[in-house]
Amino acid sequence: MTPAQTSERGASGRRALSARTVFAGPGLLYITVFMTLPLLLILTYTFFTRGRFGGVVWDFTLDNYGRAFEPVYLKVFGTSMLIAGITTVLALLLGYPTAYAITRLSPKWRTVALVLVVLPFWTNFLIRTYAWIILLNSEGPLNRALLDLGIIGAPLGLLYTPGAVIVGLLYAYLPLVVLPVYASIERVDRQLLEAARNLGAGRARTFLDVTLPLTLPGVMIGAIFVFVPSMGNFVVPELLGGGKTVMVGNLIRDQFLEARDWPFGSVIALFVVGLLVALFALQAAIARRINGKKVARV
Amino acid sequence: MSRVGWLRVPLTVTYVFLYLPIAVLVVMSFNASKTPFTWTGFSTQWYGELASNALIREGFINTMIVAVSATVLATALGTLLAIGIARYFRSAIVEAYSLAPAIIPDLALAIGLLALFSLVGVTLSLFSVLLSHVVFGMAFVAAVVIARLGQTDASLEEASRDLGAGAVTTFFRITLPSLAPAIIAGALLVFTLSLDEFVIAFFTDGPTTPTLPIVIYSMVRFGVTPEINALAALLLLVSFTIVLSAQRITRLTDSV
Amino acid sequence: MQRTFKRSGIALAGAAAAAMVLTACGGGGDAGADLNPDADLTQQSLTVSNWAGYYPEDLAEQFTAAVGSPMTITNHATNEEIMAKLTAGGDSGIDVAFVSGQFAQALNEAGLVEPINADFVPNLTNLYPEAQELSYDPGNKISVPYAWGTTGICYRSDLVDEPTSWNDILEPSDDNKGKITALATERWLMLPAQKALGFSANTTDEGEMEQVKEKLIAAKPGLLAYDDTTFYSRLVSGEATMVVAWDGWCNYGTAENPDIKFTIPSEGSDLWADTMVILKTSKNKEAAHAFINYILDPTNHAWVAENILYKVPNAPAMEAVAGLSADFPNMGYTPADLLKQEGLVDLGDAGPMYTEIATEVTSS
Repeated sequence: MTPAQTSERGASGRRALSARTVFAGPGLLYITVFMTLPLLLILTYTFFTRGRFGGVVWDFTLDNYGRAFEPVYLKVFGTSMLIAGITTVLALLLGYPTAYAITRLSPKWRTVALVLVVLPFWTNFLIRTYAWIILLNSEGPLNRALLDLGIIGAPLGLLYTPGAVIVGLLYAYLPLVVLPVYASIERVDRQLLEAARNLGAGRARTFLDVTLPLTLPGVMIGAIFVFVPSMGNFVVPELLGGGKTVMVGNLIRDQFLEARDWPFGSVIALFVVGLLVALFALQAAIARRINGKKVARV
Repeated sequence: MSRVGWLRVPLTVTYVFLYLPIAVLVVMSFNASKTPFTWTGFSTQWYGELASNALIREGFINTMIVAVSATVLATALGTLLAIGIARYFRSAIVEAYSLAPAIIPDLALAIGLLALFSLVGVTLSLFSVLLSHVVFGMAFVAAVVIARLGQTDASLEEASRDLGAGAVTTFFRITLPSLAPAIIAGALLVFTLSLDEFVIAFFTDGPTTPTLPIVIYSMVRFGVTPEINALAALLLLVSFTIVLSAQRITRLTDSV
Repeated sequence: MQRTFKRSGIALAGAAAAAMVLTACGGGGDAGADLNPDADLTQQSLTVSNWAGYYPEDLAEQFTAAVGSPMTITNHATNEEIMAKLTAGGDSGIDVAFVSGQFAQALNEAGLVEPINADFVPNLTNLYPEAQELSYDPGNKISVPYAWGTTGICYRSDLVDEPTSWNDILEPSDDNKGKITALATERWLMLPAQKALGFSANTTDEGEMEQVKEKLIAAKPGLLAYDDTTFYSRLVSGEATMVVAWDGWCNYGTAENPDIKFTIPSEGSDLWADTMVILKTSKNKEAAHAFINYILDPTNHAWVAENILYKVPNAPAMEAVAGLSADFPNMGYTPADLLKQEGLVDLGDAGPMYTEIATEVTSS
């Protein structure tokens, strides 16, 4: 290697470095200050003692972690997992066939259908939740319609139940299932499906053996996008659950507003972040295995 | 449509589920009755009352201040970040890090930011909300622009540089114009997100400057009123217009 | 409604004069920052945070017209919410905050509250003597009561018999199951069970609170919802027949349906006070004092009472609105009636225990 070449490489290396800094530097710095630092801060807070008026007193302790395992909180975690889990299953049961149906529309209608799925997601979340207060109210349109049709004799107590919470969460996050599932179905190789058919596999067989496994990574992404935010949502349980259903999100909010116990609130918040990271890691691992298999088979 | 077959059923259920509540809200916003549940006749009075509601007006102004500034800042930072990642870093880890603010649970980010502002002594105000909105807004812009950069060819930029154009000239004459649609779409998305964002604003906003979602939250807590129905209908209109134009802009360029 | 504000203007001038005399005599005591009796109030722009719907709509305009200071009123939904904002650090921009007594006490312990300089609030003498010795702040050193009252059961007298015990809410008859709401805010969530069991509303005894918890968990299936804000409209619509309510808010229901009535259960209840505190960070302390003095003016405080239908702890003001008790009997409760109930104070280190029990109850 001639000295000239080395220096040229060095110069281009420096140029790339400086271009990197100019372009990505400000953004990465911003994210570090306003996302990473806050998260590290609450991680730090979990090891210290609650200040009486919020904040922390700098006395080291591990009690905040111990508290998370008290039966009260385990129960809240359990309820949250159950409600978020049911919501996720329902979202998949409704979202998967919807996404599948959309892939079979003509390209023009496909775009329309996708936009229509996403559209409600871009409107104010509180207002979307509020709509269900009206719909599910004992005086509301749903009860009225059922009464008028003679299906029920007295208004049903739909609102302020765990069921109402599930409906509200499903409504909030359903689009987040349809999109990734749609993308993964779209990506499935048509030739693979034809091959399966040619080999005599029925529709159901083809779906179960080929389509479903190949779309599993997309399904998992969708599931994570419903499950994790559902656990952290405190507005829906409050407005549609009548305060009778407590989710992890309510717990965090109450630790910060009511108890002014920031360290313990931070423990629970980090639990939600950790859950998100763990589920993504699991998803990545499964996606890698599925893709690996596909390559191996082909 | 025949290929859709029985899948028509879940498709229909999904759309009815998604749009029934919205339809009810819009219809009820034209209801003459004071109780938001029973239809007694057509009226636009709630839109009038809405216009004269000082709290909502003030909340709207606060929200616009935050949304416009957050859009400008997040679009600038997010676009640069996207170019930096797609053209210079090409690292999956850096990309994931840049997009993390878009998927991190909002409540965790909200309390983290509250803790940070409180520790450093930043007074909670619209400014702290702005700082907070920029961080996730930037990630959304970056995501949209990176996707676009993946479709465009880097060779044009290289050619420009080979022909002697400086980095700055290349950026303004080649890179930026080809990214314009994605940048605009990203900006519109940040604007909509910031306009509707509640959880982070709830924790990081100062007590004297409530944003519109915070005003809505307290109104909803204090019961259902036809005024909220009217506000809901208007906000739906605004969001739908913005998202549809963003969609149109990206689609136009995809076909180019 | 036609109102004259000359009187308060004169009162204010009198206050300023009195203050000058007193400061000349070397008074002042432990008052924080020195207040300037000659401060130009028109140059002090006042920001006040109050509960939504808890003040006359044109309060800001009327205050500015009378005193000269420009004024903005912002709203908070709960004590906890404003408390979180005020303790977050920095200058919140708020001069005067409206919070319940036990929260005023906590804010003061956090070092955030400016002592009240009585020389600048001559209308303090209008307060009932009982309202000057409330347990969270005897002598009104750091807070001034704005409204006070008690908590009881608000019910539809045409649908149910008058409830006499907290147990009518906690152990309802089958007809009333699912037609009852309870308050969600911690202290008032606990109150019915605390009183039904014969405990103090300020108890920090773990054994007692354990029993309170059990009782509240047992009561939960009978509830329609936990509700702090819309309970009276649920009575109006018939969704609920009995709700735990603050006395003043029950009156909102009564105004729409005279069959809606309020009662204090036989086991007794609490005496709460909502107060005004001036924040240390305020740069408009003279105007803040002038605002508190303005509220305590009998005409103005009576006007507040008429508007919010809550009792105010102001003797001449309550005399002026004595007529209200015809339609709203609880407006006629005397200070002696209220003092039979137990005053709420800050729980100190027992705060997290209450939150934990509240979580256990609402998540059960």
